[in-house]
Amino acid sequence: MIKTDILIIGAGPVGMFAVFEAGLLKLRCHLIDALPQEGGQCSEIYPKKPIYDIPGFPEVMAGELIDNLAEQIKPFEPTYTLGERAETIEKQEDGTFIVTTNRGTKHNAPIIFIAGGLGSFEPRKPPIPNIKEYEDRGVEYIIRDPEIYRNKKVVISGGGDSALDWSVFLTDVASEVTLVHRRNEFRGALDSVDKVAKLYKEGKINLITEAEVKEIRGEEKVESLLIKHKTKGDIIKETDHFIPLFGLSPKLGPIANWGLEIQKNAIIVNNALDYQTNIPGIFAIGDVNTYPGKLKLILCGFHEATIAVQYAYNIIFPDKRYVMKYTTVNGVTGFDGETKKADATVVKSII
Amino acid sequence: MDDLDITIKITDREGVKHEIQAPTDMAMNVMEVIRSYELAPEGTIGICGGMAMCASCQCYVLSDHELPEMGIDEDMMLAEAFYVEDNSRLGCQIPIIKDLDGLEIQLAPESESE
Repeated sequence: MIKTDILIIGAGPVGMFAVFEAGLLKLRCHLIDALPQEGGQCSEIYPKKPIYDIPGFPEVMAGELIDNLAEQIKPFEPTYTLGERAETIEKQEDGTFIVTTNRGTKHNAPIIFIAGGLGSFEPRKPPIPNIKEYEDRGVEYIIRDPEIYRNKKVVISGGGDSALDWSVFLTDVASEVTLVHRRNEFRGALDSVDKVAKLYKEGKINLITEAEVKEIRGEEKVESLLIKHKTKGDIIKETDHFIPLFGLSPKLGPIANWGLEIQKNAIIVNNALDYQTNIPGIFAIGDVNTYPGKLKLILCGFHEATIAVQYAYNIIFPDKRYVMKYTTVNGVTGFDGETKKADATVVKSII
Repeated sequence: MDDLDITIKITDREGVKHEIQAPTDMAMNVMEVIRSYELAPEGTIGICGGMAMCASCQCYVLSDHELPEMGIDEDMMLAEAFYVEDNSRLGCQIPIIKDLDGLEIQLAPESESE
């Protein structure tokens, strides 16, 4: 069981910044995120896009903002459960919560911050009528263990980086790799596109472009696919696996069933006070929450995180007196005892 | 009607038709107008904020208005979106301008991820 003071669900910019504010109050944080890396949408969707409304940064790349936040929170030693989705929550008799992920990892904390943005990122599933019947029977939307494709025939569809990269990777694993894409052009890093082109010329990857997988066939599991080509008609392709890689889309997911008040796909919080939800001890900050006047901006999420942390402290230490301190006065003292602060003023006669 | 407004006809994902006024002076796009009128639930449209990076605002253009040419980002996003038709566009890439008065669009179905 992972124990912490504040369990943060969602490791996007707002969840990350909450670690900093909590750290100033000597509270420890653990973050859970369904994605395999921190940064949320900033890392997953638009790392190379510049953001212009972070106060004090006339321009900052989303990925750079995340790198900076990671640096900023480092002294407070956050820990992570990545690549897992928070699934259930139970309140204990002692008032603390246990949050369990889809992979069974358990976390215990007196305070929960939901900083889940628009939700956890789930793979987008192509609208093939019978696709659900074949899930885990040869259809996989995420590659978790490439070894299951060892010496098997694999068809990947999609035209972005992950379709390209996995096609390249699996040529060394699978007995046959076929990449199906609706266009002749691929959108990806130049390097990935070049690699696929090279492997295609060497006969190591089959490319079927201007085509779409329309039907899955097989008795118990995937046996073949019906691929519709724009001009050449239908192609039947024998395969053991079909891996559609069409990117990810956020869904509020299991959090919607935690008994929280939800409005328009967002969690209602008390913005007049502390950004707490209807369940005491559970706060919601950033894009995941809603209140009158809500703006889904990173900068507003930073503010919400800062306020919420103060009240979280009051819940954990109801009897302690505390006033907010300025970092300019006290600097920042990490959990290893090291302090970053301004150089002392020098008082020295010159003449 | 304000001189700066244009009329847009939007069929939502439930098939309900709406005729709405959209301002031409607020640098808005079709996706934002749909959000401002709440014609699709929050969290199901404009997920990427309008960067042509998610296709959640895909719509079918039903009238024959001349639209701005498709940029490479929009084109490549539509290459990976679902339910794409010849008249598909991303709402976030269509700015609200005077020439689009009377534009008729229909929202494409939401893509599934559960």
